[in-house]
Amino acid sequence: MTRASVLYDAPGPRTRLRNNVLTLVFGVVLLLVAYVVWNKFDEKGQWAGKLWRPFLEADTWTELILPGLRNTLSAAAVAAVLALVFGAVFGIARLSDHWWVRIPAGVVVEFFRAIPLLMLIFFAQYGGSLAGLIVTEFTAVVFGLMLYNGSVLAEIVRAGILAVPRGQAEAGYAVGLRKNQVMRLILLPQAVTAMMPAIVGQLVVLLKDTALGFVVAYADLLNAGARVVPANFFNLIPSVIVIAAVYIVINLALGYLATWLERRSRRGRRSAAAPVAPGVAAGGEMAAVP
Amino acid sequence: MEAVVDELPVILQAFWLTVKLTVVSGVISLVWGTVLAAMRVSPLPVLRGAGTVYVNILRNTPLTLVIVFCGLGLGTVMDVQFSADDLSVDNFWLSTIGLSAYTSAFVCEVLRSGINTVPIGQAEAARSIGLTFPQTLRLVVLPQAVRAVVAPLGSLLIALTKNTTVAAAIGVAEAALRMKNLFDAHGSDIIPIFLGFAVGFLVLTLPVGLLFGWLARRVAVAR
Repeated sequence: MTRASVLYDAPGPRTRLRNNVLTLVFGVVLLLVAYVVWNKFDEKGQWAGKLWRPFLEADTWTELILPGLRNTLSAAAVAAVLALVFGAVFGIARLSDHWWVRIPAGVVVEFFRAIPLLMLIFFAQYGGSLAGLIVTEFTAVVFGLMLYNGSVLAEIVRAGILAVPRGQAEAGYAVGLRKNQVMRLILLPQAVTAMMPAIVGQLVVLLKDTALGFVVAYADLLNAGARVVPANFFNLIPSVIVIAAVYIVINLALGYLATWLERRSRRGRRSAAAPVAPGVAAGGEMAAVP
Repeated sequence: MEAVVDELPVILQAFWLTVKLTVVSGVISLVWGTVLAAMRVSPLPVLRGAGTVYVNILRNTPLTLVIVFCGLGLGTVMDVQFSADDLSVDNFWLSTIGLSAYTSAFVCEVLRSGINTVPIGQAEAARSIGLTFPQTLRLVVLPQAVRAVVAPLGSLLIALTKNTTVAAAIGVAEAALRMKNLFDAHGSDIIPIFLGFAVGFLVLTLPVGLLFGWLARRVAVAR
């Protein structure tokens, strides 16, 4: 039984009739809205075949779009690895017994979580050249993504470690493990297993955020769709729609992976900590941050 | 440091625009997100389907793409205008459309998770005294659902505040774009300017977080 069906009864004959009428009414309204939108775009000639035909040609994909996709994926991959390392280091540092580790780590994490990612990317560009470094767009985007998503991941890791029952660490100490052994061998593996869905969920956010590279002219997928392809074929709207479809397919696939991981870890017994749904960490405080 | 003091009016102006973007698109996405949530739990498959498609499309599209589509697609190609001659007014409203369209998908999902926290007995009791589906939702389920998700809605509002910077992609002179312009103008004062804007965002987001945390505890449904 789906959850929604709790809100209304199984329909009787009269309700079924009324529902059918309402379905018809709302169906017509939705079709009408779709028709008006379609018409508006048609007036500007946006459905003309010549705007869409480039996407049927292999060259458009291999020469213009796929290089952008490759840049998006490589920025996302490098940033994901760095953010995971950053998150693990700072997540553990925030739980340190020493105040001089714990407090600075907390300040760093909270600071970068509160700053818009775009500001970090601009800062990387300008601050880097002030320091005499050559900062490519790629470096600036990866730097921003690492700091921002790394800070969010640090919170996820911290929540995951705190979610492991106390007995696990105590048992570790009881058999004579050191602090770093308890963390490395007992707490972290179980925390990561429990937090896997939330971590994958954050990586989806990271992948989506690579699109901010567009603002600093990084040659990513959005740049291909909103600058490169339209510059060749004068088809901004068709091109952005096609690119959006590519993003949606990739992100839906990652989303299903997160759900699958959550189900698997709920079934399995590899962690004593309760698994956490994607996007829900730290007691719902961080739920669904886009 | 002098740069921050000298340019204070510019910085405040930029943050005023950030606040306006946040408030306007926050209100629109709250309303539209509630409508979407109602659609997604309604007994009519056609509404459920439409809501699901909308949410899945908007949630999985980068915000930058949504805003670029609004700014360049709707604004430049489709010639959607909000003012006869002022381009900045156009861009403000176009980016508001983008931000609201995107954020409302998340508001919908948060509200839906809130509806899931309302015990089954509440809806059953509402039905057993003869309330219709809209009445059940409006009078019994949604008020409790909203109270359960005050904290996540606060996180969304904070995320929206930060997300307004993406409007820089279509040239809205909010905080991030102003910061970049100031970087260009005062090449040697990059770190003070960055910290100034960072403090600005802390000032905007920290009280919101505290307020919503307090509100969440205050209105929590005792069960």
